[in-house]
Amino acid sequence: MIELSDFLILGALLFSLGVAGIFLNRKNVILLLMCIELILLAVNINFIGFSAHLEDVAGQIFVFFILTVAAAEAAIGLAIVVVLFRSRGDINVAALDAMKG
Amino acid sequence: MEQVIFYIFAGVLLFAATMVISVRNPVHAALFLVLAFFNAAVIWVLVGAEFLGIALVVVYVGAVMVLFLFVLMMLDINIAPMREGFTRYLPVGALVAVLMAAQLVAVIVSDRADLVSGTIPEPAADVNNIQAIGGVLYTVYVYPFEIAAVILLLAIVAAITLTLRRRDGTHKQDVARQLSVSKDDRLRMVRMKSSRRQDQTRN
Repeated sequence: MIELSDFLILGALLFSLGVAGIFLNRKNVILLLMCIELILLAVNINFIGFSAHLEDVAGQIFVFFILTVAAAEAAIGLAIVVVLFRSRGDINVAALDAMKG
Repeated sequence: MEQVIFYIFAGVLLFAATMVISVRNPVHAALFLVLAFFNAAVIWVLVGAEFLGIALVVVYVGAVMVLFLFVLMMLDINIAPMREGFTRYLPVGALVAVLMAAQLVAVIVSDRADLVSGTIPEPAADVNNIQAIGGVLYTVYVYPFEIAAVILLLAIVAAITLTLRRRDGTHKQDVARQLSVSKDDRLRMVRMKSSRRQDQTRN
């Protein structure tokens, strides 16, 4: 029998790994997008765990919508990366200082 | 038995996630992310969310990660300057991750939350996961479902308009001009005398 806390701890560890990845790979936009995917996966694992624990299908519906939005986000993000590479020849985040932010 | 399978796949999932954030080559990171998605899908199927497990494999491994790999291999990225600062930020990143994980786990195992006693019941044999999802997705959640469709359409249009490049020298058709053309613009009637064929005199 799988326990709910196992699921939640798995989600928490995966979320922390995703956040650590954003800290470590802060120069590479594509790896940042991958770390966001990891974080979303952690959230989805939590939703699935609660959905199975409560025997309520609503949690799985939420995961369905998160997957939809995440796919759209990845597509637009990668399109922005392609445009960025075309205009600057580089996707290093440190080089993106045109707006002096 | 189920628990053993869960722990094995959870372990591989965490290993793959660690490799995603630490390997040197971004292509390898993408492939480890594929491994992570596969393991997550297995865990979801294990607790009865079959539809989403398969959807995760089909949508993420089949579409999103292929898109990632496409972009990674298409762009000529110099990895070396991206990696600088990795060791510098490693202590901060590890500290934040460990703190965050410790806090989250502390909340989960605390008595007040009362989550430790919760178990995940065995999925009943006669329950069809896809029927259960379809039953509510097209009735209770029909408006969110349609909004999701609009969001996907938005993503298609946005990605295409962002990356579309107009170059000189390409032959494009202007449909409005094609449709607004009239016979007078194109056709000219010419009256001329018929002429004798010249090749008859040869041979």
